[in-house]
Amino acid sequence: MSGGLSILVIDDNRIRASIIEQGLRDAGHDKVILVHQMEGLVRQIADINPDVIVIDLENPNRDQLEHMFQVSRAVRRPIAMFVDRSDSHSIEAAVDAGVSAYIVDGLKRERVKPILDMAISRFRAFSRLTEELEEVRSELADRKTIDRAKGILMKSRGLTEQEAYDLLRRTAMNQSRKIIDVAQSLVIASGLLGD
Amino acid sequence: METNLRPVIAGFIPLLDSAVVVAAAELGFAEQEGVALKLIRETSWANIRDRISVGHFDVAHMLAPMPIASSLNLTSLAVPMLAPMLLGLGGNAITVSTALWSDMARVGADPSGDPVTTGKALADVIKQRHADDAPPLHFGVVHPFSGHAYELRYWLAAAGIDPDKDVEITVLAPQMMADALKGGQLDGYCVGEPWNTAAVDAGTGRIATYKQAIWPDSPEKVLGVTQKWAEANPETLAALMRAFSAAADWCADPVNIEELATILARPDILACPAEICLAALSGRIRLGPKTERAVPGFLTFSGGEKAAPLPAHGVWFYEQMVRWRQAERSEAALQQVEAIFSPDAYLAAVGLERSAEEAVIKMFDSERN
Repeated sequence: MSGGLSILVIDDNRIRASIIEQGLRDAGHDKVILVHQMEGLVRQIADINPDVIVIDLENPNRDQLEHMFQVSRAVRRPIAMFVDRSDSHSIEAAVDAGVSAYIVDGLKRERVKPILDMAISRFRAFSRLTEELEEVRSELADRKTIDRAKGILMKSRGLTEQEAYDLLRRTAMNQSRKIIDVAQSLVIASGLLGD
Repeated sequence: METNLRPVIAGFIPLLDSAVVVAAAELGFAEQEGVALKLIRETSWANIRDRISVGHFDVAHMLAPMPIASSLNLTSLAVPMLAPMLLGLGGNAITVSTALWSDMARVGADPSGDPVTTGKALADVIKQRHADDAPPLHFGVVHPFSGHAYELRYWLAAAGIDPDKDVEITVLAPQMMADALKGGQLDGYCVGEPWNTAAVDAGTGRIATYKQAIWPDSPEKVLGVTQKWAEANPETLAALMRAFSAAADWCADPVNIEELATILARPDILACPAEICLAALSGRIRLGPKTERAVPGFLTFSGGEKAAPLPAHGVWFYEQMVRWRQAERSEAALQQVEAIFSPDAYLAAVGLERSAEEAVIKMFDSERN
């Protein structure tokens, strides 16, 4: 079903790029080329001569890329923005997901639409992954802080670990605060008191 | 308190002339006008264009020609836009590699940034390189629809250099210019500050001439809004322009330069040393390692009348688009361009009258009405 379209994926983020590549390959596109290196981009694109270019919106080289499309001597064929201007839903979805794509002029839209949809959904999945990772990281940091607060209580008040935790939790409940906030205050206060 | 503020989301590119937008958000000018201004830093003008056209941003810090290019359907995701206020005048310079500068100096380039002799010297160098079968020189600009592109092209063409045949002009992000010069991918570029000073400081570049010499007191960045948003939110837009006007007056006061440089240098804004912001803000420009020059109006922020766009400004940019074959000439487009750069909304917002004087566009080599 791929019809032999060659797809160039430009993304500094190697993990995300390979997630997209995998998705495109699973969908039957075997000509997927990843570019991480922005130097000599014009020549690379001229050599690869792709049908579709997918690029992430964080990439500071988008202006360069678009300029290249205007200058016909750099690329052999004119290139246009991915979707019909009338298809504002796809445009919004792409910009929301943080991706942009360009297609060679004259390509049938229905052949390219699935590629764009794939890129959008993979970009979304990736940002979900990143958010989850961020959550896990901050959870870990929270746990460390709570452990330190427990340690302070155990040492200064001679409590067991469980008693220290219960005290933190009770205090949080009484003050309608989160345990992590109480723990943080305690760690800071203890630092200020030079303990 | 907060619930009464009208939220406005503004996109900006980390450049010195984002100062007005940044100061309005950071120093309370927006709040005083009842606007909760949230800034989002962007990495490319393409993103600014895309995100304003899909409605992520209400307004944006934009290259002056961008609202024209968008309204005339010359870019992707084109929507009708307006440039109701100028956010900065001047601020750009043309920097060449130290190697190219020494060639230019040998054939009479003026060390103080005069566009006539530096242009002529460059033309002589190019002629010699052509005779020697040397590869063409490469110049960088930040965007095809930018003051930078048109200033560079104007300066080259005035010296008899064909910007499309005698040199290669490519587009590169501002913060990458100095590195590209150092790495030899570029021989010169036209960019806003602080990215000229960055190359001079690094010892890899020399400022040949600057925007204030090529087209004195000319608009560089504008407040960009979609026509749709402007029509739906006239009061918010007026309040925002009053806030920007007050912020611009604050930025223009020499007393505030140090504080402004400190804010702009922050990691979440330009992320650069505060010292390199000071050159353009104070108008004391280091053209080369040993040449510092006071350039009055090198970069100007201004509230009041000077922040009003003029139809003549828009027409100049449009004429450059036609000149360099980006746009077709048409009477309808010309009228559209004059409306995009209309000063009326801004003047009404800040309570000023339209000046009776005819606008004069004064270039370094010509003057016309």
